[in-house]
Amino acid sequence: MTETRGILAYGAHVPYCRLDRAAISGVMGSGGGRGWRAVASFDQDTTTMGVEAARQALGSTDLVPEALWFSTVAPAYVDKTNATTVHAALRLDAAVPALDLGGAVRSAVGSLRAALVGPGRTLVVASDLRVGLPTSADESAGGDAAAAVLTGSATDGSLLAEYLGGASATAEFLDRWRVPGDATSRTWEERFGEQAYGPLVDRAWAAALADTGLDADDIDTAIVTGLHGRAVERLAGRLGVTVAGNLADTVGNSGAAHPALLLAHTLDTAEAGRVLALVVLADGVEVLLFRTTGALADGRPSRSVAVQVEDRADVAYPTYLAWRGLLEVQPPNRPAPNRPSASAALRRSDWKHGFVGSKDATTGITHLPPSRVGIGGGAVDDMEPAPMADTGGTVVTFTVDRLAYSPSPPIVFAVVDFDGGGRMPVELTDVDPAEVAVGGRVAMTFRRLHTADGIHNYFWKARPVRG
Amino acid sequence: MASHGIRDRVAIVGMGCTPFREHWDRSLDDLLIDAAGLALDSAGVTKDDLDAYWFGTSQSAASGIALATPLRLSGKPVTRVENYCATGSEALRQACYAVASGAYDSAMAIGAEKAKDGGYQGLNAFPIPTDGTNRTLTAAAMFSLIIPAYAERYGVDEDELRRVVARIAEKNHFNGARNPLAQFRRETSADAICEMPAIAGRLSVFDCAGVADGAAAAIVVRAEDALRYTDTPLYVKALALVAGDSSGLIDPDYDFTTLPECAAAAADAYAQAGITDPRAELALAEVHDCFTPTELVLMEDLGFSEPGTAWRDVLDGTFDLDGELPVNTDGGLKSFGHPVGASGLRMHYEAWIQLRDRAPEERRVNLRGRTKALIHNLGGYPGEMLSFVGIVGTGLD
Repeated sequence: MTETRGILAYGAHVPYCRLDRAAISGVMGSGGGRGWRAVASFDQDTTTMGVEAARQALGSTDLVPEALWFSTVAPAYVDKTNATTVHAALRLDAAVPALDLGGAVRSAVGSLRAALVGPGRTLVVASDLRVGLPTSADESAGGDAAAAVLTGSATDGSLLAEYLGGASATAEFLDRWRVPGDATSRTWEERFGEQAYGPLVDRAWAAALADTGLDADDIDTAIVTGLHGRAVERLAGRLGVTVAGNLADTVGNSGAAHPALLLAHTLDTAEAGRVLALVVLADGVEVLLFRTTGALADGRPSRSVAVQVEDRADVAYPTYLAWRGLLEVQPPNRPAPNRPSASAALRRSDWKHGFVGSKDATTGITHLPPSRVGIGGGAVDDMEPAPMADTGGTVVTFTVDRLAYSPSPPIVFAVVDFDGGGRMPVELTDVDPAEVAVGGRVAMTFRRLHTADGIHNYFWKARPVRG
Repeated sequence: MASHGIRDRVAIVGMGCTPFREHWDRSLDDLLIDAAGLALDSAGVTKDDLDAYWFGTSQSAASGIALATPLRLSGKPVTRVENYCATGSEALRQACYAVASGAYDSAMAIGAEKAKDGGYQGLNAFPIPTDGTNRTLTAAAMFSLIIPAYAERYGVDEDELRRVVARIAEKNHFNGARNPLAQFRRETSADAICEMPAIAGRLSVFDCAGVADGAAAAIVVRAEDALRYTDTPLYVKALALVAGDSSGLIDPDYDFTTLPECAAAAADAYAQAGITDPRAELALAEVHDCFTPTELVLMEDLGFSEPGTAWRDVLDGTFDLDGELPVNTDGGLKSFGHPVGASGLRMHYEAWIQLRDRAPEERRVNLRGRTKALIHNLGGYPGEMLSFVGIVGTGLD
């Protein structure tokens, strides 16, 4: 008997910052458009956004992944695996393999399909940071986001959505391409891509229906996405199925992350027993079919895509350009930070990547960072690990530092008392200095503090919890 | 735990201090040679007469060789010490203990910093390889946390408190304007400081110590030998040091309105020196006003004001040059400048000239029969701090 497989958990991350597309033409005289695109902050990259999406997915389940696959078109590193950083931030066991399945937009949906087919429980994380040259269509249409899906079988736990089957159509043609190292992509004439995708959509769609024994009428919603906007729009209409919204006006197209992001967005509100089609146009076409279950209502992540879309602040267009390295601005007249030590980072990986402090077994005092000797007395090495990444905190006092080095000054710094014990002075992020107040609530978030000598210095910051 | 001290067993018999400046034309070696020369001349000795040397610098050099080479010391024990911004006091403390132990009859403590060769404003820490999770705040931002905390704890309006600390800068600039060695010699008003843009919390650049190059030195000998060098030695009454365990950073009970390491060092120093009422007994105090809120809370931690009342004493002029207990009569770090390794010895230099009536007329303290001065020198930040407190006096108790 074939085991029923599908989605055990899912989560998404939409960055807090937005670019108002109208701001682009306001500065440049052209480009832009209507609505907003999501913008990774200066301290975010595809790895940190992937961590946040994965935390959302794993936060709603007790299940632990048996493998972690990370896909992006904009890796923070090559040669070195990025999934290992996500793995460390999630505090997964060393026996859980963490792999990058990257390079192209297609890799992300491909890894999702491979994970759904099985075997095992696999956490599939897709993350993308879309950059276009100023005034370009890619700049305004793109968006930065991440999404994560934990796949597995019904024997692992309650499936939120069953994977019914699907089909693939692959073709070699030049619609969009990028040379490694470039930040932006190039595209062929738009009409060529549209006609190239047409027969591939028809073929994969028919094959997916045949694979699952479904008719188009059985499908409640189709999620159709791909970076060729015109092809997606025209060809979606040919399916004869209700097409889900694409978050174009609020997030933008998040490339490799977008299929899983839209899937998460749909699952956030879908009723039980609905059949969903995920159709992805990327160097061919992938079609995946799901049926939601009664477990979905209780298995959703704590922060829906819609909630994250609403939790936002606009960033000025020149600031956005500076964050992406498209506009070089004067740094503070302070020495740039040193590169972190690889050996010191490995010794303290639980702290640096996992935000695990220590709790004194005798005094009960939480130490951040972890300590071998307690501040309240007690024996040496009398500490238990204290994972704090998912613990909320309250601002005790704070300051705004306009002198310290930061890739985007000023630094807002707060002394935070964590719920249940533990204090730490910590940098705030996704914050307007004017909104910080004593007593304000914060949650921890995984960020990139700076990059020195090509080494990304990852650690945790606190972000305000609003509303 | 015992802290016996070495009251009246060691005496300072000579001191020297260079101007604190942006000495673009002078090297660390130049500053060391100048300060050492002034101290040696002051004591009437030569470098060969001294038995041992302690050299304090935070980041400008490493090892005793960095002093032995410019002074061309031959066959001498020379030790470099470092203890953050209390480095200069630490050099003196080590030299005094060595003489008190009987190991040497005489020693020099010298501190220096060449802070302005780095190419950046402010003080910049020497990079030590770490896991990259360290806080990256400036010292100004860390000390700025005092203002809202103090305002809340003692119910002082935060705008009023901001003016109070500006008043401290005004006082120290007033004193520094009367000090030819000081870096900043212009008076400024609390009103003007309050109108300046904030750089960290509510602090403006005029709430911060000046960053300068400079050096200062002291010659110490056995107390019984002191009068062979000078008729007016300064006897060491107390040398206290407390290095905190950084618990303030992670202890939810710490509220940023006090610097416990400073209070503990003061208690030890008062015990060593036999002082019970510092506000009434001290002729003056040199304290570590790295930022204006630091001096505010130090007035309480050093026992000059009751907790929660220093802000009133500041407004009342208690610590002014002609006040009940003059504080930072030489301008302090604020106006004299802060070459890290030299500052602790510079503070002692002010006690050296004030207690012996050698200070310039226009800022000479009315001693009113008081013979002792307190020197407070700290390193680190609120919650993560070390503190030196020393007491010197002109008479033997």
